[in-house]
Amino acid sequence: MGAAAIVRGRWRFRLPSGLVLVSPPLLYAILLLALPIAAVVTISFWTQNYLDLDRTFTLANYREAWSQPVYRVLMLRSLAVSATVTLCTVLLAFPIAYFVSFHVPQHRKSLWIFLITIPFWTSYLMRIFLWKVILGYNGVINGTLIRLGIIEEPLSFILYNVNAVVITLSHAWAPFAILPIFVALEKIDRSLLEAATDLGEGTVRKFLRITLPLALPGVLGAAIIVFIPTVGDYVTPRLVGGPNGLLIANMIELQFKKANNPPLGAALAISSMLIVAALSLIFVRLNRHHLRDRS
Amino acid sequence: MMRGGFRFLTAYVAAYLLFLYAPVLLLPIFAFNDSRVVAFPLQGFTLDWFRLLLETEPLHAATRNSLIVASVAAFLSTAMGLCAARAATRHSFAGKKGIMGLIMVPLVLPEIIVGVSLLVVILQAGFNLNLWSIILGHVLICTPFCTVILSTAFSNLDRNLEEAAIDLGETKLTTFRRVILPLVMPGIMASILIAFTISLDEFIIAFFLSGTETTLPVYIWSQLRFPARLPSVMALGTVLLAISLILLVSAEYLRRRASDRSAAANAGGNF
Repeated sequence: MGAAAIVRGRWRFRLPSGLVLVSPPLLYAILLLALPIAAVVTISFWTQNYLDLDRTFTLANYREAWSQPVYRVLMLRSLAVSATVTLCTVLLAFPIAYFVSFHVPQHRKSLWIFLITIPFWTSYLMRIFLWKVILGYNGVINGTLIRLGIIEEPLSFILYNVNAVVITLSHAWAPFAILPIFVALEKIDRSLLEAATDLGEGTVRKFLRITLPLALPGVLGAAIIVFIPTVGDYVTPRLVGGPNGLLIANMIELQFKKANNPPLGAALAISSMLIVAALSLIFVRLNRHHLRDRS
Repeated sequence: MMRGGFRFLTAYVAAYLLFLYAPVLLLPIFAFNDSRVVAFPLQGFTLDWFRLLLETEPLHAATRNSLIVASVAAFLSTAMGLCAARAATRHSFAGKKGIMGLIMVPLVLPEIIVGVSLLVVILQAGFNLNLWSIILGHVLICTPFCTVILSTAFSNLDRNLEEAAIDLGETKLTTFRRVILPLVMPGIMASILIAFTISLDEFIIAFFLSGTETTLPVYIWSQLRFPARLPSVMALGTVLLAISLILLVSAEYLRRRASDRSAAANAGGNF
């Protein structure tokens, strides 16, 4: 009786107090995230006149962002790079997540996860720069290959182009792919696999018919987590991308800083966010269908 | 077949770990290398680049700024995370999913969008860019991480302990201070350390929102353009790597103690 009264009393009290409690981070997110993004949307419909903004509504920025070949090239290249990075990162990460989940003893797992995340807590700029040292003309890879007599001329296709951007970004986002896949694999009920073994399924069929389908939500999550933010990276392309490796984010940065045309930069930013969001939604939808068919 | 497959997997894991650690391993090598060029072959051992760091005044200013920004951002985002995590794990309220979603959005939002949108608002409102503008941006991106860490700490907590405290005449506030807070303290410390580390290393937002005073990553960015400065940048990177490692190992240690502690409290509650 007493307990029930306490529970009911707390229930009545809980409804407002939860909202009160969450209000500081909520207000913060509204004031410094939702409103600023709304402001970016607003100025994307304005025009820059040298020093001040012309606040009459116009679609000119969007017309320019969508019709000028230079922006279209950068946008398509960004999407292609992000998609390639996502594919590489997720494919490379899956065996690692699988190894840690299925072959590392239980009490060592968190240590392994810690080991995998350590390299990513070193300075981001420094890591990108060191890839330049590794991939460069006199870099670690070329130096080693030449000394070993495997090649005579340094390989030039690995620095200052899109390949270098893909390699560097695949490295930078590795833990963001490994962790969600690892979590999904950890959730798999091991007795399902034992049952399959008892029923005479081989290793490969067990993997294809049980492990992979059940890990798919994690793989999907990993793909989204890598795909969306890589579209916004402008540091990696600047440092290792060379002239033909620049991406849409470099253009956005240019418009906001040196070119001093925030409305056009805003239109480019909003356009790329919309495209990325739409592609992500389509990707998730397609895979939801796939998941539902399986089960 | 299975043995061979396993051996292949192990070899792959070894190769992948080499890929992950390659940049980190090179950093100290070049920091101690006695050459103005950051490339192989190595030229011999030197501490000159570290000595140079001690003499570079702009670096000290940037370090001071970074420490201020990271400390304030870590403290504020942990406070935000405490509110969000407590609300998410112990309360139900209208629109909870949407509200928590909004708070967690910076986790998947490209940082350039956060940087650009804050830049627009701060300039339109007529404020100057200074260290506070960087702090505002960093709190925004650190809060989701703090919320995740603190949610784990709160959800491991035994609810019976709170109810016992209230039955014994404590108010909600004193229960929080005397029962809950001590139990989640390691989680709070871990959250502060993680937020501090993220803020210390954040470049994209800081680059957009810094005025005349720069943080360490913005300073490093300005130095990467000058080949002569690169060896000392490597030395700086080595120092930062050492600091991050110490912070992260402590955070990990505290996080584990947090889950041990609340697990022990749970076990006690079952008697």
